[in-house]
Formats: sequence, C-alpha cells, structure tokens
Amino acid sequence: MNGPAGGAGARDGAPGGAALGDGECGGGERRARVLEVVRPGPLTTVQDAGRRGVAHLGVPRAGALDQAAYRAANRLVGNRGDAAVLETTLGGVAVRGSVPLVAAVTGAPAAVAVDGRPVPWGTAVAVPAGAVLEVGAATHGVRSYVAFAGGLAVPPVLGSRSADLLAGLGPAPLAAGDRLPLGEAAGAAPRAEAVPLPAPPAELVLHLLPGPRADWFAPGTAALLGRARYRVAARSNRVALRTEGPPLERTRGGELPSEGMVLGAVQVPPDGLPVVFLADHPTTGGYPVVGVVPEEDLGAAAQAAPGTPLRFVPVGFGPAGPGAA
Amino acid sequence: MAGEHGPGAAHGRERGGAGAGGTRQAGLGEAGLRVRPVGRRALLLEVDSTERVTAWHAELLRRRAAGRLPADAEIVPAACTVLLDGLADAAALAAELTGWRVPPAGTGGGPLLEVRTVYDGADLAEVAALWGVAVEEAVRIHSSVEYRVAFCGFAPGFGYLTGLPERWSVPRRATPRTSVPAGSVAVAGPYTGVYPQASPGGWRLLGRTGLRLWDPGRQPAALLAPGTRVRFVPADPGAAGTGADAGADAGGPA
Repeated sequence: MNGPAGGAGARDGAPGGAALGDGECGGGERRARVLEVVRPGPLTTVQDAGRRGVAHLGVPRAGALDQAAYRAANRLVGNRGDAAVLETTLGGVAVRGSVPLVAAVTGAPAAVAVDGRPVPWGTAVAVPAGAVLEVGAATHGVRSYVAFAGGLAVPPVLGSRSADLLAGLGPAPLAAGDRLPLGEAAGAAPRAEAVPLPAPPAELVLHLLPGPRADWFAPGTAALLGRARYRVAARSNRVALRTEGPPLERTRGGELPSEGMVLGAVQVPPDGLPVVFLADHPTTGGYPVVGVVPEEDLGAAAQAAPGTPLRFVPVGFGPAGPGAA
Repeated sequence: MAGEHGPGAAHGRERGGAGAGGTRQAGLGEAGLRVRPVGRRALLLEVDSTERVTAWHAELLRRRAAGRLPADAEIVPAACTVLLDGLADAAALAAELTGWRVPPAGTGGGPLLEVRTVYDGADLAEVAALWGVAVEEAVRIHSSVEYRVAFCGFAPGFGYLTGLPERWSVPRRATPRTSVPAGSVAVAGPYTGVYPQASPGGWRLLGRTGLRLWDPGRQPAALLAPGTRVRFVPADPGAAGTGADAGADAGGPA
C-alpha cells in the first residue's frame, strides 16, 4: 500500500517551529485557525460521512466507522452533519489549537482533559488557545470521535475529507507536529445533548441478512452461524472486522469472478472465517458473501475490541439455512 | 492493497451458483437473469455475459438519471454482475426487475482514450511465448484491439478492460509481485489493466505508460471509468508522456 499524498494540503501551515497562528500576510490580528497534533496516538485519522457515488471507480466509501457517535460529536459542537472530525483508535490523541476551540468527544469513552484538568466526555467543552486537549486511551470500545466547532478543513477529495486507508485517499493518519486547518464555526450554539455513555460491550451481536452467495455454503450454514461463538480477531481494522471461531463450510471451491461489495458484507475467504466489511472495504471482491450486516449494527462492530465475543443473528434465511429462499 | 482482494480475483472462470435459493428466477423478463439479495438495501444482478452486464449497467444508469432509482444509488458493474446499492426497498425492486426488458447496449458508446505505451514490460517475452508468437507480433496483437472498460475495482481507477480475444487469455503470475510500478500495462485472464498507482500485483506486465490514469484532484479523477473505450498505441521509450515521467505521476511518495 503506498501512502496517500502525504496529507500535503493538511500540512502547509507556517514553517516548522514558528509560533502557531503567526499571520503570513501582515497586519494579522486574525490568527490562522489551526489544530496542531501534539500526540497522534496509535492511529488517528480525519473522518466524515464518507465518499458516495464513486464505488464504480473502485473508490471505497471510507468515513467514520461509528457513524452515530460521529454525528453526535458534530451536533454537540454545533457543526453541520457532514463536518470532518478525528477518529482515534484505542489510544486517544492530544491536540492544541491556535485559537480558542469548542470540542466534544464521543464514541469510545475516555478520560478527557484540557491542560491536565479533567473535562467531561460527551459534552461540548471550551479549549483556550494554546491549551492541550488530551483524549486518553479508550476505557472500553475502540474509537473515540473528537469534533471541533467549524470542523477540520482539510481539502476534500472526491467529495469527502475522510482518510481512506485502503485506497490511500485523503489526509494521512496523524503524525506529531501535523497542522490541520480548522473551519470557521458556523455560529450555531453548541447543543446540550445527553450522549449515552456506552456500556462495555460484553458481546457484539450482529444481525445477518441473506447475501448473494449464501448458496455457496453447506445447508444449515445460517443456523450454524446463529449458534456459533466467534471472537473479534486482532487483525481487524478499518477495512474489515475479522473473526476467530468455527470456519464455515463452503460447498463450492475457487473464487467468483469479481463482484461488487457493500458495506457490511460478510465475505468468507478460503479459511472459512467470516470477514465483515467496514468503511474502507474494497468495492469489488472475489470471495463469496454469505450475508450482510445491516448498517445500524456496524457502529457496535467499530467499537468491539479484539477478543470481544461475537454472535451473528441470521434473519430471513428461512428455516433450512441459506439454501432456503 | 490486501492480496486477497487483488485484481486476480476477477478472472476465476467459475460462474456463480445456479438457481439455488435466495435468488429470484427470471419471470417474463430476461432469461438467465438472477437477482440475488444483498441485505436490505442492495441487489446483485447476475447475467450471462459481459454484453449483458453492459446492457444492464446502461439501463440502470438511464433509470437513475430519469429519477426512477434513488439519485444516490451506487451502480457497480463487475465481471458477470451489476451491484445496485442504496435502495429504499431492495425486495420490492427485485420483484419488479425480473420483468424488465433491457435492450442490448449500443455499439460505440463511451469516449475513446489513447494510451501511449512503451512495450518493454518484464513479462512481455513470456506472454509472447504463451501466445506462441514473436514479441513484435505480441505487441501488434495487444495494440490492435479496441478495448472497453468493463468495470473498475482492486484500486481507485483500476479498470478491467475487455476486448482481447479469448484465445489470448493468460493466467496470472504464480507469485504476485510485491510492487508493480504505476503506469504498468498488464494482462491476466481475459483482461487488460493499467496499474494507476504502485501496488502489489500478479498480472503479467507488457509495458508502461506515463498517462496519469488516476488523479483524485482532477475532474474526472479516473480516465478509465466503466464504458470508456481504450486503444494502446505503441510508443518509443523516449517519447513524451510515457515512461520517464511515470514515477512523478504516482500521486505522491510510494
């Protein structure tokens, strides 16, 4: 995988070492609205609602994996629904603004602090210019969303600011010292909203609707999937949630001619272990899709850490398994 | 790009399952059409030939343009299928689709793109040997065909081009390369492709072009979109727009 174009547009701020917000144009009362990355965390990316209408060009959707948490974060700071935010992975992130910020953290619960003072999760908080907003490691779940009033104003690529880690589109994952442009806050007052604090997931439950190649599997496979106990595998990422557990038995070998793949498709490679496609999934694939997880369940999938028990609930396969209409 | 989703996945010869459950048999409409369920919001239409994929793809585009399918529906053609995603009620449309009469796709069609190609690929001699012809003849064969982008996949802007006669099909390399340079012109199975970015790949390399096939900052981002017609035009190694500048065209550091 070659990297994206280095996030060039996102890093064109002042020369390194210059004070944040030094105006280039003189007479600068007005400070550039920039977010500086103090600690990038293990994997933090810019995400929004994703790219639509380009799957036929081989371009994945990308976008925030937990869309409900993403939307809540934007609402809390008064942003438009499609504003770009940060998506962290397990280890949080720390950033500093050149201007006063209004920020909110949703998704995976984590300790949040401003210059070391604890502030609430799931609420709009004021961050003074130059202060460090620190989002700690997820206490449970995987991905926290950090929204800023005005949104992250990295240049859109094909209609979205999202980083796509499969195709290498959009800004690169954050690195220490990166400077991300911030948009102008719309002026909408941050909204008070009760964002439910997610409970630690004892088990990930994914509904499974019939997929196009259910007939590539032994009769009774849907029933087997309903009884089987899987775990979320450590190899899971933004492309797919991978599983460990009983392999599914295919009654047909080989590969399909490539066919289009949807978000939530449960593809079964030759090892028989179901793979649930997430936002950065390839747009076509050659392994049979036994079923499809509906979009409303994928937020929970995005928050299931490796090792989490996983159960599928087949719906609509009929009593005789996938072979039945 | 994950190897398991590489372009090789496209040339499996095995056709999709016939007639098992979960599919809807064609009624009064097209013989050989199978409408397969893909969750609640999508359908996979499986047809008998590349020509029917083209025809159904065109029909679905027409219906979307006419407002009879959701404006934001994704229509994704592939080898033997067209995926229709983003439907309000997939089951209802599935019942309706089987009665549609879809005319053959018109000839001509899409825009014509000329791809100036230096035929000096690492696998050119091997492909010529597989074809049982001299290298010069292999170049003539490959560059005398008008291709058409049947579908995209594997990577943004990677088009699967059809048009090479069946008898020139070659298997993928037994061991994929870990890195194929951007602009590589390659063949595998019935397809020709041009790697838009440096990536792993198992196709057989015939040559290279400097043409920037994929540029997300350009409109259109992909020169090889479904329906585009393509000709490969042999070029000298030193010719402008080929080879030498391909590295700089890769869209960023590899």
